Amino acid sequence: MKKRGFADLFFLLLALYLVLPVVATMLYAFATKWNKTILPEGLTFKWLATLFQDAEFIQAFGRSVLLSCGAVLVALLVIVPAIFVIVLYFPKYEKWIQVAVVMVYSFPGIILAVGLIRVYSKLGVSMILVVLGAYVIGILPYIYQGTRNSLRNVDARQLLDAAQILGASKFQAFTKILLPTVYPGLFAGALLSFSVLFGEFVLINLVVGSRFETVQIYLMKKLSTSGHIASAVVFIYIVLMGVLTFIIAKLTKQSKGATNG
Amino acid sequence: MSKRQSIAWLSPFVVLVLLFFLVPLLYMLITSFQNSDGFTLAQYQSVLTNGYILQGFKNSITLSVISAVIALIVTLFAVYAMMRFSPSMREKILILTNLTSNFSGIPLAFAFIVLLGNSGLFTLLFDKWGIDTLSSFSLYSWGGLLLIYIYFQLPLALMLLYPIYDGIQQQWKEAAALLGASTWQFWKKIGIPVMLPGIVGTFSVLFANAMGAYASAYALTSSNYNLVAIRIGSLIKGDIFAQPELASAIAVLLAVTMVTAMLLSEWSISKTRRKL
Repeated sequence: MKKRGFADLFFLLLALYLVLPVVATMLYAFATKWNKTILPEGLTFKWLATLFQDAEFIQAFGRSVLLSCGAVLVALLVIVPAIFVIVLYFPKYEKWIQVAVVMVYSFPGIILAVGLIRVYSKLGVSMILVVLGAYVIGILPYIYQGTRNSLRNVDARQLLDAAQILGASKFQAFTKILLPTVYPGLFAGALLSFSVLFGEFVLINLVVGSRFETVQIYLMKKLSTSGHIASAVVFIYIVLMGVLTFIIAKLTKQSKGATNG
Repeated sequence: MSKRQSIAWLSPFVVLVLLFFLVPLLYMLITSFQNSDGFTLAQYQSVLTNGYILQGFKNSITLSVISAVIALIVTLFAVYAMMRFSPSMREKILILTNLTSNFSGIPLAFAFIVLLGNSGLFTLLFDKWGIDTLSSFSLYSWGGLLLIYIYFQLPLALMLLYPIYDGIQQQWKEAAALLGASTWQFWKKIGIPVMLPGIVGTFSVLFANAMGAYASAYALTSSNYNLVAIRIGSLIKGDIFAQPELASAIAVLLAVTMVTAMLLSEWSISKTRRKL
């Protein structure tokens, strides 16, 4: 019993450690003045309002959404069909996709950035497109996981064959039968990818720099100038991530429930 | 599906992997052996004789190992405590953990500045209580970096360890108890040995995760603290003093360090498996 108490203590420690910075930053985003006191002197919506009136922030937010959404869309159009083809028709090559997934997952952005700059900086290609391309590959693990789990839940090959025996064309079988069944898992993977890319800083900062100011770069800039504005940015970031995490959890539950129930 | 059709569906993906992953990495490897005269080992020589860069490696490795070990120990006990909660409660905790795992990089560094920066919440609190040793703590140093690294290791450690813990079945504990083993004996003889490969694997993922981290350290110390990732960043970013060849060599060595850690963990996993 004594050991349980010990373990509980660690759990409490972990929970506190994870929650405290989040709560403090959120509180800071609404604090009027918080330089000398333990708790904020008053609460205000001023910082959030200022942030939303700042055209620079709105643009940075737009750029982040555009870049992350763009990468996720390209990934869905390019990676998902490839995974389908390999899983359904060439299962023995699937291990190569898995090798790619592990490599992409374990190679940090800082190493990839060196290579990307070396190859593309003198070719005259738009470096934003280079980052976009790297983002598409960067989310391969999440897209693969989402697609693969849903495909594993349904016997996709048999489903397709059955649909075709019943007279559906290959295209119909694919769009009407297979896509709806894997949709929740796919959507969860896409949202997860979006949230990962939204927080990306290394590649965009090193490869493109301030020429394409995303939310993360805007935040980095505000860190040294205004703590309150920075905390308002982080507040919005946390809220956005919270909403996304909630939807992903719901979708994952749904796609699991669909086969268990 | 005809051969031509499948090639049509697969080739865009293959081209993207080549263009934005394999070719850059390969090119980086080649660059690291090149200078204006052609093939050279000079970059590696200068990395391995440059005390400053070597210190960066040492700092990074120490920070990664310590943060990984602390995160592992805390989560091992925390998951143990978590197992007593109801499944729905555990699920909620996992969702929250998932959320905090996204909380990294610049936002995370800022959150710690709010807590422990020069006029941070806790800095003021400790000051008021007169605990000088704590109020003089500098977030912009080794200690601060360690706190932040532990923060982003914890959710990852929890998500990797949870399924491993979950694999230990209640029946084993009951069987061991029936045969007269104490809880301590169960963990020492059964629980920990069964989980050991998973724990070692988790450790190597955590180590690699910290070795490659750049954003939070950059945001906190703006390239003042000597870490490998920071060194690489400043070598490729400086437009005037950019030294891509040197940066490539350091990046290759960083990759080698991470691959070595992975291989070591693979090796020790297979060794423990054989013993069981």
